[in-house]
Amino acid sequence: MSTSRLVRLTRAAVLSPPLLWTFVFMFVPYAILFVYSFWVQKYPTFVPDFQFGNYIQIATDPQYLNVILRTLKIAFFVSLGAALIAYPYAYFLVFKVKRPGVRMALYMAVVAPLWVSYLLRAYTWKTILGTTGILNSFLMSAGVLSEPSSVFLYNQTAMIVTLIYVFIPFMVMPIYAVLEKIPHNLTEASGDLGVGRFRTFFKVTLPLSIPGIVAGFTMTFCLSFGDFIAPFLVGGPDGLMVANVIASQFGASLNWPLGSALAIVMLMIVLTIITISDRFERLGQGKFA
Amino acid sequence: MTRATLPPQRQRVLARIERLSWLVGIGLILGFLYLPIAVLVAYSFNASRSLTWPMSGLTLEWYQKLASNSQLIEAFYNSIYVAVSATALTLIIGVPAAIALDRIDFPGKGLFRKLILLPIALPGIITGISMLILFRAIGFNLSLETVIIGHATALLAVVVTQVYARLQRVPASLSEASVDLGASGLQTFFLVTLPNIRTAVIGAGMLAFTLSFDEIPVTFFLTGRDNTLPMYIWSTMRRGLTPEINAIGTLIVAMSIVMIFVSVLLLRDKKNPRK
Repeated sequence: MSTSRLVRLTRAAVLSPPLLWTFVFMFVPYAILFVYSFWVQKYPTFVPDFQFGNYIQIATDPQYLNVILRTLKIAFFVSLGAALIAYPYAYFLVFKVKRPGVRMALYMAVVAPLWVSYLLRAYTWKTILGTTGILNSFLMSAGVLSEPSSVFLYNQTAMIVTLIYVFIPFMVMPIYAVLEKIPHNLTEASGDLGVGRFRTFFKVTLPLSIPGIVAGFTMTFCLSFGDFIAPFLVGGPDGLMVANVIASQFGASLNWPLGSALAIVMLMIVLTIITISDRFERLGQGKFA
Repeated sequence: MTRATLPPQRQRVLARIERLSWLVGIGLILGFLYLPIAVLVAYSFNASRSLTWPMSGLTLEWYQKLASNSQLIEAFYNSIYVAVSATALTLIIGVPAAIALDRIDFPGKGLFRKLILLPIALPGIITGISMLILFRAIGFNLSLETVIIGHATALLAVVVTQVYARLQRVPASLSEASVDLGASGLQTFFLVTLPNIRTAVIGAGMLAFTLSFDEIPVTFFLTGRDNTLPMYIWSTMRRGLTPEINAIGTLIVAMSIVMIFVSVLLLRDKKNPRK
């Protein structure tokens, strides 16, 4: 057998399992999901059709529109909050911590929770924020409150806090990565030229770290946008998110076509955000490379 | 205006204030990260059934309850079965996928890359429902096996990104030399490529195991009558909060700490490349 034929055979052997798998279990399901979104619900089941009723319902029924807008809002505040916490943390690690060992330990400290069950990390906030929970009983025993308050749990703030807690590693990692790559002599040069430290930060460090912020923002935004566990655990009646509504269409409501249409809308929003952030990052790379 | 123009004594005071505020800020962030986990662990030993402050004495009662909870133990074994199978499957598919992305040019490569990496940012619920529809359409009954296929698919992206990143640091000339010297494709893979990416594969496998063991959104739609551990915990939570959940949680945290230590050791391995 000639070498080139052998190479070709090997390539086919390497290529075919992943290609086959992604085709059968990713491409086909997404395609069916798309097709389903045009079907019609005829209780107790649904029938093939090609109409835009499900999408029209999503666009016109305030119930669905509100949920989508609320989810966008919550995902935005989660990403913003996470960035406001993650940036100073990463900045401290890169520019203020001198010993590499301490820096590594502090970096691991923020990434390690990723290995701890997501469900449990959300659950523990429920035990802390609950009406009869630890924060309430602590404030009562400290004399701050005279009776348990329900302001902590079952609202959007509780959900935002929980989601920031759960997804913050995804914000720290990319920001740390870009800050680490900024040559120290750039900021030193800026200082030597008599530029104040705040101006150095805003004119040199911050612009150079924008790609990291964008990457972290995108990741955190997409992850919290699709979450349905935190809303279930700590969100209240005004805290339902798109994923909860989709889940109920596939469960109790048994309207798979509408659920599929909602999922396609969600998919489109996520893809749009990824595409924009890709452009942005590439732009950044071109500028600072 | 800048700090350098101030008298030295003021400068020193300012520097100390700045240092102190950094330390307080970082301390607060670490507190935010670890207090909730500390609370989870502490209340698993709390004598009272209610999760309130102050704690009311120590007990191992909740751990004893776990040991005699047959549903929980079954769910635990189900999760081990699912996580081990999904990890094996996702490595078998993901490692060749990463090699293909790194070394082979083929039509549709761009689409393939986009598709396989999508689940990193794509909400798990979309993978879950799209596969649910597929399995229903072809008349598959939902079971732990459908969950395994779902996890393997969702976790492919994790394996591919980690292995691909490592492959990019291994010169392609190594495997080319191996083929030129007459080694077959399989020999080259097992004797040249695999040893070079070994730690990345193990690391990706451990991460995949952890993520699968903890997975809910995909499992939620693809499981039949059998429960995995997170699904069992989830259904317990719907009935109310109990210290038993804290006890399971503490055991899972302990398991995670072991996994983290093993992966850090592997990371260290990476810094001393043996050539």
